[in-house]
Amino acid sequence: MTAATTRDGAPGAVAWADALLALALFAVDPAGLGGVVLRSGPGPARDLWLERLKQLLPAGVPLRRIPSHIADDRLLGGLDLAASLAAGRPVAQRGLLAECDHGVAILTMAERVETGCAAHLAAVLDLGEAVIERDGMAMRLPARLGLVALDEGLTPDEQPPDPLLDRLAFRIELGSVRTDELGRAASSPNTITSARLVLAQAAPVDDAIIEGLCEAAEMLGIISPRAPILALRVARAHAAIQGRAQVTTEDAALAARLVLAPRATRGPAETAPAPDADTPDNPSPDAAAPPPDPTNQAEQDTTADAPPNASEMMIEAIQAALPDDLLAQIAARNAAKARAAGRGGGGGKAKSARRGRPIGSRTWDLRPGDRLNLVETLRAAAPWQILRGGGLGATRVQVRQQDFRIRRFIQDPESTTIFAVDASGSSALNRLSEAKGAVELLLAKAYVSRSRVALIAFRGAGAELLLPATRSLTRAKRQLADLPGGGGTPLAAGIDAARALAEGEKAKQRTPLIVLLTDGKANIGRDGAPGRAAAAADALTAAQAFRAGGFGAVFVDTSPRPQPDGDRLARAMGAVYAPLPFVQAQAMADLISEVAPKRGAARARG
Amino acid sequence: MTVRIAYPFSAIVGQDEMKLALLIAATDPGIGGVMVFGDRGTGKSTAVRALAALLPPLKAVDGCIYHCDPKGDLAHCDAACATRLAGKGRKTVPIATPVVDLPLGATEDRLVGALDLEAALTRGEKRFEPGLLARAHRGFLYIDEVNLLEDHLVDLLLDVAASGENVVEREGLSVRHPARFVLIGSGNPEEGELRPQLLDRFGLSVEVKTPKTLAERVEVVRRRDAFDRDPKAFVAAWANADAEVRDRLLAAKARVAKIETPDAVLESASRLCMATEADGLRGELTILRAARALAALNGAKTLKESHIREIATMALRHRLRRNPLDDGGSTIRIERAMNDTFAA
Repeated sequence: MTAATTRDGAPGAVAWADALLALALFAVDPAGLGGVVLRSGPGPARDLWLERLKQLLPAGVPLRRIPSHIADDRLLGGLDLAASLAAGRPVAQRGLLAECDHGVAILTMAERVETGCAAHLAAVLDLGEAVIERDGMAMRLPARLGLVALDEGLTPDEQPPDPLLDRLAFRIELGSVRTDELGRAASSPNTITSARLVLAQAAPVDDAIIEGLCEAAEMLGIISPRAPILALRVARAHAAIQGRAQVTTEDAALAARLVLAPRATRGPAETAPAPDADTPDNPSPDAAAPPPDPTNQAEQDTTADAPPNASEMMIEAIQAALPDDLLAQIAARNAAKARAAGRGGGGGKAKSARRGRPIGSRTWDLRPGDRLNLVETLRAAAPWQILRGGGLGATRVQVRQQDFRIRRFIQDPESTTIFAVDASGSSALNRLSEAKGAVELLLAKAYVSRSRVALIAFRGAGAELLLPATRSLTRAKRQLADLPGGGGTPLAAGIDAARALAEGEKAKQRTPLIVLLTDGKANIGRDGAPGRAAAAADALTAAQAFRAGGFGAVFVDTSPRPQPDGDRLARAMGAVYAPLPFVQAQAMADLISEVAPKRGAARARG
Repeated sequence: MTVRIAYPFSAIVGQDEMKLALLIAATDPGIGGVMVFGDRGTGKSTAVRALAALLPPLKAVDGCIYHCDPKGDLAHCDAACATRLAGKGRKTVPIATPVVDLPLGATEDRLVGALDLEAALTRGEKRFEPGLLARAHRGFLYIDEVNLLEDHLVDLLLDVAASGENVVEREGLSVRHPARFVLIGSGNPEEGELRPQLLDRFGLSVEVKTPKTLAERVEVVRRRDAFDRDPKAFVAAWANADAEVRDRLLAAKARVAKIETPDAVLESASRLCMATEADGLRGELTILRAARALAALNGAKTLKESHIREIATMALRHRLRRNPLDDGGSTIRIERAMNDTFAA
């Protein structure tokens, strides 16, 4: 299989051929390549791919599934409960990642993985070992492994966390593959075994190839240096599959297509200025390959054997290998990226029982749902062992009810301020920019108190979530600055969107505060149809539904003069009505901080 | 099981500001830690782990669980170092400078230390099992992704880092032991911001960027590839360069206390802090200490304005009272203030 042959045929067949190719490459060097993001719903294509993976890996290589709800102690390792109780001393157990050493771990529902869990995985991928400091244990266990991240995201902004995306070489989409396109033969396990042997004796690579990959990465606007490093390893694996120790231009071109193209943030033909405008030596990425950087040539001390234009040839080969619809793919990704802000990850409720500051352990009374803190319990029992008759020689620890220690946590109430901003034409006239100013001031406050902010804009046909709850000020600011104005006022849709988001935040144990900025002049109904009367009635219904949620809210009336409509809506919502005809950003920010829940009202959970 | 081989410090391409900040902190641990901000994949963790391999060994009291400095103040040590050292046959032993990685998900008991369960359950002994803070004593404590660390652990760390002492009061234990270490944090601003109170506690802050020129990027990949293929040979090839850095560091440590500080330079440091409106005295103190460490690293005997110029940005960048919405202006503001101050 080469770069040339896989690109003919129907899109599904091409995607499947690429998926099989990536599979074989990954099987050759799982730990070196980091892994594969497999974007696809459950189905025959994914099942078959995973089945092939199992067949290709040499016998005895561990292949384990990581459920998305895995606890840290099972992922990394920790205390073995049963064994500790039986032995009367702490017994360590290996985590799943350590069990996968020299093998492959499959992460299910990777798009829902929490930031914390992703950071653990990233650290293990970087170090090749699992480092544990918890539950009274300190361990370092080898964990050199490759990760297959099953990504079932449907919308473009549902995707695995960036730290993982950055470290896994391949991104494969199986969405377009039809059932009748499956079934082309993959490499055999023997190929993989012999390729691994070849890889172990890899020869140095021509500088021209490294330069070509780096230049291609730059041309495609890829910032992370990990991308060309991974691409080079993929090129090596491809050479190894074909029994060569020497990497050729063709290997590199294929690696560029599989590794670099899915990461591209701009097209090769785009002459858009690079993000760093002060870089004078940006190659102008035109179809006619750019002249090599003079400083490069000066540094080429080991490339005497390479033909002079090897780097240019590489670029051409890479460009030829890039998918035709690359630009469309990039546009879709960029649009998604703008929206995919700091997602908190899967909203499991069990999480809240593990968060916050432990406020010691509670004694007595083990109720269902409580989490026993085993280490603390054993510590409590330890001093009494002789008295309880077990004696020091006894093999079983005597634990009584009064020894039970239950994990307790205190959590500073986290809050999320949701801004629902009316960006319609009428509102734009009435100082959308001033509303933006107030939101910016509040953002600054949120920055200090580390609360989250979210931004919803409604205009035209409906409401749009511009920014899911995030702590990243940089993102919030960018979204706000880009907020355009104009169009009708779908007030009902705005209120509904704010309510939906507020409920989501509440489920994540955060207190939502909604700030609605509008002039109250609804003229687009829930069904998206224009009409002032129907729109006002819809807005009132939405307001009443909102009230049922019992959220704290502020209704900021931005119309030129206060009006009964606004007041009525605010009351229906259960919101504080703030007519600010001469809205001053500072006054508004002060008002909202007054309404905001005070910090310090601690909430404890058992 | 093979031991993981660290990437050599000198083989890291570019990133001079980060490398200098780490060396300054190693020269004068009193500077108060380094915060490294940066894009993904820019070698933040690699640099810290490489530093660990480079640091010169320390002398410690033999048998002390806190590896106390035999020449230091031993009165605070719970493990009775003073007695150990006085007794016959007790000697000092060389140990590697500790560089402790605080993994995400570490629990409080592992950080501060706790009752040794095994001793308690099997032998009925009440014994303190030291935690990571004890292990990091006289060395470095590295926290990757500091912005993902739980707030209560961050508070605890800062408190210990500032006081130099870890006080444990739990499970009937009452232990205090010295814990002086250099805190190194790294983080990606896109993942969430740090509290300003936390930022201020770090002595220096550096921003790591992806290499800009193609030549540099090619070199990153080339060296990484060489390292992957044969780590041992790669490390051997860079051993001399690393040894030079180690010698420079050792010489600087010996020299740093003797650096002369002319009044005029002292004054210009104060003027610079006033011009940038940096908060408090910490900025000024850090500038002086960092500049002295730099002078020592450069083999100078007297502090000069040029030393201050070189480290002012990393010492002040995170201390400016900034409008959080005005991004990235800090460096420019400091440079402008420097031009004004030093031109006059």
